[in-house]
Amino acid sequence: MTAPTTSVTPSDDDSTPRPQGGAGDPFDRDVLPTPPGATAALLRSLLAPMRARVAVTTLLLLLQQAAVQAGPLLVAYAIDRAVPAFRRDDHGPLIAVAVGYLLSAAASGALQYAFITASARVNQDVLLDLRGRIFRHAQALSIDFHERYTSGRLISRSTTDVESLRELLSEGLQELVTVILSFVYISAMLLWLDLGLGAVAVASFVPLYLLVRLYQRRAGEVYRVRSTAIAAVIVKFVETMNGIRPVRAFRREDANDAEFRVLNRRHERSNGDALLEMARYVVGSRLVANTAVALIVLWGAYRVADGSLELGVLAAAVLYLRRLYDPIDRLGMFLNSYQSAAASLEKIAGLLAQTPSVPEPSAPRELPPLKGDMPGREVVFDGVRFAYRTGGEVLPRFDLTLPAGQTVAVVGTTGAGKSTLAKLLARFYDPTEGRVLLDGVDLRELATPELRRGVVMVTQEAFLFSGSVADNIALGRPDATREEIERAAKAIGAHEFISALPDGYDTDVRRRGGRISAGQRQLVAFARALLADPAVLILDEATSSLDIPGERAVQRAMATVLQGRTAVVIAHRLSTVEIADRVLVMEHGRIVEDGSPAKLVAGRGRFSDLHRAWRDSLV
Amino acid sequence: MSTTPATAARETDPRSAVRTLLRLWPYVRPVRVRLFTAAGVAVVASCVGLVIPLVLKWMVDGPVADRDPAGVWLGALYLLLLGLTEALLFGLRRWLVARPLSHVEAEMRAGLYRHLQRLPVAFHDRWASGQLLSRGTTDLMLLRMFLAFPLTFLLVNGVTILVGVIIMLAQDWTLGVVILGPVVPMIVMCVVFEKRYADVARLAQDQVGDLTTVVEEGVLGIRIIKGFGRHRSQARAFRELSATLRGTELRKARLLAAIWAVIVTLPEVAIGAALVVGAVQVADGELSAGTLVAFLSTALALRWPVESIGFLLAMSQEAATATERYFEVMDELPESTTPVAVAGGGMRKDAGAAVAAEVTVPADGASKGADAGGIRFESVSFRYPDAPPGSPPVLDRVDLHIRPGESLALVGATGSGKTTLTALVPRLHEVTEGRITLDGEDIRAMSRAELRAKVAVAFEEPTLFSASVGENVLMGAGPDAGPDDLDRALAVAQADFVHALPQGTATQVGEQGHSLSGGQRQRLALARAVVGRPRFLVLDDPLSALDVHTEAAVEAALRQVLADTTALIVAHRPSTVLLADRVALLSGGRITAVGTHHELLRTNAEYAHLMSGAEEYQEDPTR
Repeated sequence: MTAPTTSVTPSDDDSTPRPQGGAGDPFDRDVLPTPPGATAALLRSLLAPMRARVAVTTLLLLLQQAAVQAGPLLVAYAIDRAVPAFRRDDHGPLIAVAVGYLLSAAASGALQYAFITASARVNQDVLLDLRGRIFRHAQALSIDFHERYTSGRLISRSTTDVESLRELLSEGLQELVTVILSFVYISAMLLWLDLGLGAVAVASFVPLYLLVRLYQRRAGEVYRVRSTAIAAVIVKFVETMNGIRPVRAFRREDANDAEFRVLNRRHERSNGDALLEMARYVVGSRLVANTAVALIVLWGAYRVADGSLELGVLAAAVLYLRRLYDPIDRLGMFLNSYQSAAASLEKIAGLLAQTPSVPEPSAPRELPPLKGDMPGREVVFDGVRFAYRTGGEVLPRFDLTLPAGQTVAVVGTTGAGKSTLAKLLARFYDPTEGRVLLDGVDLRELATPELRRGVVMVTQEAFLFSGSVADNIALGRPDATREEIERAAKAIGAHEFISALPDGYDTDVRRRGGRISAGQRQLVAFARALLADPAVLILDEATSSLDIPGERAVQRAMATVLQGRTAVVIAHRLSTVEIADRVLVMEHGRIVEDGSPAKLVAGRGRFSDLHRAWRDSLV
Repeated sequence: MSTTPATAARETDPRSAVRTLLRLWPYVRPVRVRLFTAAGVAVVASCVGLVIPLVLKWMVDGPVADRDPAGVWLGALYLLLLGLTEALLFGLRRWLVARPLSHVEAEMRAGLYRHLQRLPVAFHDRWASGQLLSRGTTDLMLLRMFLAFPLTFLLVNGVTILVGVIIMLAQDWTLGVVILGPVVPMIVMCVVFEKRYADVARLAQDQVGDLTTVVEEGVLGIRIIKGFGRHRSQARAFRELSATLRGTELRKARLLAAIWAVIVTLPEVAIGAALVVGAVQVADGELSAGTLVAFLSTALALRWPVESIGFLLAMSQEAATATERYFEVMDELPESTTPVAVAGGGMRKDAGAAVAAEVTVPADGASKGADAGGIRFESVSFRYPDAPPGSPPVLDRVDLHIRPGESLALVGATGSGKTTLTALVPRLHEVTEGRITLDGEDIRAMSRAELRAKVAVAFEEPTLFSASVGENVLMGAGPDAGPDDLDRALAVAQADFVHALPQGTATQVGEQGHSLSGGQRQRLALARAVVGRPRFLVLDDPLSALDVHTEAAVEAALRQVLADTTALIVAHRPSTVLLADRVALLSGGRITAVGTHHELLRTNAEYAHLMSGAEEYQEDPTR
């Protein structure tokens, strides 16, 4: 088995031609850099833990093939020995043939059963492992990766790409082992029956091998293109289904159909190419095989005619020959699924090779015990600077200390860097320079569970997971009791609407009557955050869809819940500022004003402008 | 984790796999000539394969026995020719179907996509998109494989077996009967197997769909998962689901293994019996050695066709469940497409008959004249089609009139049904009772395309598509909109930031493009709504993500647009309300007050509460 090509060949099928980003950005073309050998290493690491079971499975197949291949041998024996013996009234050999055949039939059936179940177990365990690895890895990768790698591609990695490995494992490997085994067995049998005939049969393997190599090379290209093409189809599909309302309202259906058609065509073409490659291979291999059969029969018949070969041997040889070449089609099928799986594995390996830019610490530290009875912790931005990897500075170097228990409002125009500041504190990003400290501990030294006990962030996109409303709130703290969940919901003013749902807290958010408005979703997100009970709470535009009473309720809840906690609140609505102890005004990535709300309002800076405008807007 | 309601509501009536698979016919029809030709070619190729043993027999009994070199050469030549023919025919078969079958798969996928885009929004609320996606990918691949192999080879192998059996019976009647012995038990086993396998296969496919949903949610909700450090528990949930899937797959494998064992054993026993009986006959001189060789050679040649029936049936079964899943979605009724009627106005025939039956025209009717202009809700009630019976409707006999050129703000508590009400205007949901008219014309009398061309919407969650900024905005306009319209719309939405993007309005946004902030996306969505200068504008909380300065600037620009546009604006804040001429308060599913902002502030306690958050107002116990 040759290792698949792992070099990064940019596919000539650029699914989404984009003017932006330049040709060098691997994210544009769905070709992540795969380190050489990563694909083979991935396959090895998947199969390594199963070594013993793979061996047992192979042994079962070996025995099964032995049982199956006994047939022609028994035929030769029956014709050359048992028939003459029978004529001499010696029934023994024929009875032996009968018993032998019966045994081999029973054995091949039983072994077949054992083999299929054993190999299914191996396959399913490998798939379980791989699925889990992709999922966990995708979850571990940082937000900035997710912002660049589209969700459709990620989904395609863990669905269609895993699927092609499933095909390889469930059919392909069995095919391969069967093919190799029957080649070995039958060649051995032929050589044993007659050295000359056997040698001719073995010689025919040379052109077959060359053919296989040729096919492998050509099909590899085609499959890589195909895998990219189906990913592009999935991206479009997911985008459309998730944005179905605007699609409808803006009558995008026809335009989408046209765009989808192009992507779909591209996949159709590469799919057809793959099938045609297979067709070429089948013709070639059959031609070689059938020519070899004709040659061997010709030579064998000649030798029977001149008496140097027994008729029974020729008969057995011919029966074996037919079988020798039977599996070439199946070898083709194996190569087929191998190529397709190799292309998929290459992409999966590329994904798994991505290291989280926000890695888990190798030697995690614990947060110091809380001081006094205050649940809050001190936050220090120590010489922090942040720039995107691609360049472009977002936050120039700054220092900032948020004492424990302080509620800080961050205001400023869109793009001022408020969210980036919040993401640094939540460790969605790591600073380019400097450190973010939580009670003196660098965030980079905290393991995730410890970090999330410390810092939790609520964003404005209030995504609900399938499951019940209670499940969604419990995401904040999975071990919370129903009582605690309800208490959190009550505190935030979400209890009323949840109780009014058909099944209350147990209402499935995707089931009948489980529709939840954007504002209600934000309330659920808040309840989730309250339940998580962190030392530092970050709210990024978390009340944008709430009405004023809802926002007030949230603020009331926060005033009690945030008591003593450190909080960073980003909001356009300055009402939030009223509960803040301190306000930061940001502009172009810099903190331009810093002080208590009263002081800033009284001053003549940007904040007092903002505040006046906001007051006016309230009328 | 949940399964889709469709899975639960799946009809229990065990329709036969064949009947299900027959539904594929309309898709296969266009390529039927090639597909049938290919099947024919495959049958011929297999028969050629069966003739080869006969040539062998002829050689063994004739030239070899007679020591006739010329005959041997001739026999070998026949073998070679047959072999070449067989190879070319196999290739021909594959060549014939390669493109057409990819085409069928692609067509079915395009059909699914087209259909899904036109299914009611309520359908999408119900179905996890992972389930839809798995239908569009894995299931369709299964179907293509079914058309490529099992369909052809069930036929080919059937014919091959039949011809082979006839050849064997012709050669030796007794041996033939011996070989046919296991046929009946095998058929019985296959039938039993098919039934049980069908259930497990369906279960496995549904579980794949659920798994896809978790994957998708894990990706789409990544910020929440990260924000709470829940990727471990998410991974655990995923692990549990995939472990369940593994269990189902293993059950499938055991069934498959059992049927394989039967299919391998029984014919082998029969061949063994035939060998023994044949050997006795040869010994007694009743049968030539050549015939026995040819007979067994034929029997062995039939082994593969017989053995393959096991997995061919399994694949067909999986294809049948895939078909079932595919049509589960395809059978959902799309939004009615009212035929584009001739110009001339007046009431037109509504194609959405299901809805038309329930239309109750109020007694005062659609009086013509200025009074009928604008957007008019006439005792509109709405409940979600899948709402449990007996639950209160979301909207209950709502009467509302927005005069031509007027803008009306819609205010209501969180979850009071504001967004639902706005969704009724472009018919994203269908009114349950009552009717909505635009300039006096019932919206159901217009084609959806026509209606949606008149009504522009900006949604609360601004979704951008993978396209350039300019394309995203111009989606809201007709094909003749130009750069001027784009600039105007961007100016109204105060989306000047666009010009600072790497490629200006040509910058790619959406999932695969430049990431924009919530406020930026919201402004683009607003620009999209106003770019086509629509007669009717529906804005769902259009300024929620904007900072105060930007909001003020957008409001100023938007006022000019609203001056001559009939608009319905969902508002949470006084500043947004002030964009509108009048305000309507939605409470308990009804419009409880209409007036100007200041009037309502003074006269309506609930409104005052909503707008100022004043504490003195007592919560309405029903909400």
